[in-house]
Amino acid sequence: MSQQTNGISIAAAVKDTIIAGLLALIVFGPVVGVLLDGYEFNLRAGDVASIVAVVMAGRFALSVFSQTEFGKAFLYRQSTKDDGVVVTAPDYKSKMRFIIPLVIVIGLIAPFIASKYVLTIVILGLIYVLLGLGLNIVVGLAGLLDLGFVGFYAIGAYGLALGYENLGLGFWSMLPLAAIMAAISGAILGFPVLRMHGDYLAIVTLGFGEIIRLVLTNWTEFTHGPNGVSAPLPTLFGLEFKRRSKEGTPFHEFFGLPYDSAYKYIFIYLILFLVVLAVLYVKHRLTRMPIGRAWEALREDEIACRSLGLNHVLVKLSAFMLGASTGGLAGVFFATYQGFVNPSSFTFFESALILAIVVLGGMGSTVGVVIAAFVLTVLPEMLREFADYRVLMFGILMVVMMIWKPRGLVRVTRTGFATRKGTVK
Amino acid sequence: MSQDNILKVENLVMHFGGIKALNDVTFDIKRGSVSALIGPNGAGKTTVFNCLTGFYKATGGSILLDAGGKQTSVVKVLGEKFKGSDFTSPASFFERVKYKMFGGSHLVNRAGLARTFQNIRLFKEMSVVENLLVAQHMRVNRGMMSGILNTKAFQKSEEEALQRAFYWLEVVHLTEFANRLAGELSYGQQRRLEIARAMCTNPEIVCLDEPAAGLNPSETEALASMIRVLRDEHNTTVLLIEHDMGMVMNISDYIVVLDHGEVIAKGGPDDIKSNPKVIAAYLGAEEGEEVTL
Repeated sequence: MSQQTNGISIAAAVKDTIIAGLLALIVFGPVVGVLLDGYEFNLRAGDVASIVAVVMAGRFALSVFSQTEFGKAFLYRQSTKDDGVVVTAPDYKSKMRFIIPLVIVIGLIAPFIASKYVLTIVILGLIYVLLGLGLNIVVGLAGLLDLGFVGFYAIGAYGLALGYENLGLGFWSMLPLAAIMAAISGAILGFPVLRMHGDYLAIVTLGFGEIIRLVLTNWTEFTHGPNGVSAPLPTLFGLEFKRRSKEGTPFHEFFGLPYDSAYKYIFIYLILFLVVLAVLYVKHRLTRMPIGRAWEALREDEIACRSLGLNHVLVKLSAFMLGASTGGLAGVFFATYQGFVNPSSFTFFESALILAIVVLGGMGSTVGVVIAAFVLTVLPEMLREFADYRVLMFGILMVVMMIWKPRGLVRVTRTGFATRKGTVK
Repeated sequence: MSQDNILKVENLVMHFGGIKALNDVTFDIKRGSVSALIGPNGAGKTTVFNCLTGFYKATGGSILLDAGGKQTSVVKVLGEKFKGSDFTSPASFFERVKYKMFGGSHLVNRAGLARTFQNIRLFKEMSVVENLLVAQHMRVNRGMMSGILNTKAFQKSEEEALQRAFYWLEVVHLTEFANRLAGELSYGQQRRLEIARAMCTNPEIVCLDEPAAGLNPSETEALASMIRVLRDEHNTTVLLIEHDMGMVMNISDYIVVLDHGEVIAKGGPDDIKSNPKVIAAYLGAEEGEEVTL
């Protein structure tokens, strides 16, 4: 390639622009420019012209941009970027550290400023963050492809609803119980099937998710089938968030406030926010603990793990159970937030969505999963007009991501260790 | 079984369908020795290794490992079929069930036998130190709560594990690469790291599957001295499969020669060098020429 001069070549840009314009004319000309009207057709040259003009203007701007110093540097970075895992230096401190307290403060203030509608979307986003974090342990860290994660989500949600209906257990008692129930069902499912690898495991878990949904649909005496069950709201030291309470005073009367249905969302949001922070912290610790390292080692090479004395079945099982219990927690929040659960919330599409969050965020990356969970739940809400094209856009997003950043939004980094004097005891 | 034999292999038989990969293999490995398993390609060396380390369940015969103050039957910990006598003795029944449910090759490692692989099996997307930390899984504080709360005891155990990891990195001359990804290392470095990783499990016997494959002469020389360090400073018995005869003859105290799944010779390097059966196996014998000992 010849040595390029620093100047911007307008001629080259114009050439690009004309080619792009011609292509746009070919593509949009017949599609937009010819409108059938009975047996006649009308030519709409104006529409075509405006579309072609937009394309040409865009191409010209792009062409000029890519010739500027900044543009060249940008393209160079994009073409040579290395998506692989990096190990940070032992004393490395991220420049983005200040963002953690900032996010916590904003997160705690937000519910008192945001409108009820925004709050409900953020709650949904946080529920998917929980689900994404749970599945990230199973898929991202331990490398077990789980297509039935929604089963554990359903167990958590129905645990709250049915526990309240049959045993009178409220939100607070069901929160840990649902996590334990989901973990136990994860263990029951996992123990026989975790000896399998890859594809087989994916099929078995897919079956598990469907079994749970079918049981919930068909066991009508217990689960009320497709009619669903109502789920209780959380209480603040026994104070309920309803307009009128059967026993005791409701929250707003106790504090002498006018009734507002937003209170319950604020309360759910605050609990959920704290639970998400706790789960994030646990996840952060897990990757620095022997068990977290064992999961990742198992993902890398199972045979080598066995040769090092790791019981691969138990290591996988622990990942499966911890992931499942996080899914169960998310289920409880989902049930209490909706106030009602029915089996149609726990379809395979939901599993696929959670898996998409993990893949989009980057396998094993915590920050990536949080971002991806919000993108994939908040974006559909923002684009309500395009609701019909939701799945299509979802697919396009996935394809683009796989081409552009196959390893996920956020690159996985590993913490380095300072060199020290080695000793054996 | 005498105390100075760490490994006792008796009448080991391994069939894959109709193929008899191993046929009546018997040998003992002395504690604190460097032993080599040699033979032409396809002789069954790696099959013996996989049986010893529990990756294959032997069709017949016994493998007894005398390490860590107790004897372990490698065939048994992999989970055997139920026998008639199990149904009369609950103790042996439950032991059988236990090994069937939780048994496997990891128990062989826990009993004190570590191995490396012919095709290197490192955790490629983890750092070099982390590879060594994973190997110490059974020795560190694995408590869930202590890890999450990052207690003093947990930090102490992690620090000890790190010190051990750096000790082994020094032994294999990889300290400067501690924070690199294992997959980024060169081939020779990966081989050395794999040995260090096996040693981090604190084994009494380490089985190296072709450790010198793909190494240049000076790297092979360094490897030989490293193996001597394992034996002399860490009292580790070394069993290796190797094709580099110069290195085998140089460092081994004892050599077992396999051909077509059978042991054709065993003894010291000098005996093996002059053994006509071994020469015939490697170089081929003339038609009609009788090979006698």
